[in-house]
Amino acid sequence: MAVKVRIPTVLRSATGGRATMDVTATTVGEVLAAISSEYPNVQEQLFNTDGSLHRFLNVYINDDDVRYLGGVTAAVADGDEVTLLPAVAGGATA
Amino acid sequence: MTRHESVLELIGNTPIVNVSALSPKPNVKIWAKLEGRNPAGSVKDRVAISLVEEAEREGLLVPGRPGQTLIEPSSGNTGIALAMVCQLRGYHLKVVLPANVSPERRQLLEVWGAEIIDSLGSEGSNGAVRLCQKLAAENPDWVFLYQYANAANPLAHYRTTGPEILNDVPEITHFVAGLGTSGTLMGVGRYLKEHKPGTQIWAIEPPSGEMVDGLRNLDDGYVPPIFTDNHGSEMLDRKVIVRPQESIEWTRRMVELGLFVGISSGAIMCGAVRCAAQIPDDVEATIVTIACDDGWKYLSTGAWTDDIETVVERAKKIIYF
Repeated sequence: MAVKVRIPTVLRSATGGRATMDVTATTVGEVLAAISSEYPNVQEQLFNTDGSLHRFLNVYINDDDVRYLGGVTAAVADGDEVTLLPAVAGGATA
Repeated sequence: MTRHESVLELIGNTPIVNVSALSPKPNVKIWAKLEGRNPAGSVKDRVAISLVEEAEREGLLVPGRPGQTLIEPSSGNTGIALAMVCQLRGYHLKVVLPANVSPERRQLLEVWGAEIIDSLGSEGSNGAVRLCQKLAAENPDWVFLYQYANAANPLAHYRTTGPEILNDVPEITHFVAGLGTSGTLMGVGRYLKEHKPGTQIWAIEPPSGEMVDGLRNLDDGYVPPIFTDNHGSEMLDRKVIVRPQESIEWTRRMVELGLFVGISSGAIMCGAVRCAAQIPDDVEATIVTIACDDGWKYLSTGAWTDDIETVVERAKKIIYF
């Protein structure tokens, strides 16, 4: 599946400034592995030592947080957009 | 009951209105709870009075004692609500506010006598929280209620917003609200999961992480302690981003029903519509959503009157959630 990945500013120092990547993958885990294989310095930012997602990293498939869709096992489809975003303090409504 | 001794008695018991005309499916009803009807104008009135009364119960604050100062990070509504409560109670409030909030939010803080301490706009609410933590540590005599970590925040919603919703809409199947401190979602979510098991809880958030450029690495990120304390990851069933364009579009759609609400309310309505869209045609469902505040504080953004592309670009630079 051809998937577009959006990389947040905070990770771009590890991707040589690159903001988007096209990868082939069937799950979110494969998407993240594809990024890590091209940019090894990203890996330690994405994952904890036990292999789980960094607690301050949110990953979205078409703006839907994958933590509630099965995490790294969530399936991606052709044309999906996967967005990585740092977790930050929100606004004033909740 | 229309006669009250204090404006504080007007907090809560807000009306819920049927907005199903905006539902994409006839089998899915949507109701919006109008929190702009609270006296200081937002859902945060519930949180502010809860934070202050809990601090008074604990003896951190003493009504009537001169010289008491509170400090709190806020992108607007909590600060405004706290400022109103503090003025009535005689406390001095300092609000750490990102510089890029709408001018109306800033003015309202001044209306109720709050002192504003600017934090860097480029660091968003994250920056306000960090600066506030630093100032509170340097000034231990100031009372830091810390809405992001204070159990009185979700408790306000567990005790008031949740019961009001279930009382008014007992057939609720989905609750959709904005994710900021997570107080509304954690408090109402826990109440509904306990009293109407099976209710789905959806969180709506702006793409704020994209706009915060003050982060050096992911370890500078932030998850509100009350989200973690309340096992937010297990509480929520879905969490989706709504972007500025859709937020403005749905803020405008609300006007079709006579509802002049704030931009975050439009974002949350958009999330409710997305939620409705994924419900199968043969399933009856009822969504309750929160309209956090009214539109008055956002008039300067031109959200209703200017060209939408211009407004969206503007919205990307301010904190509206």
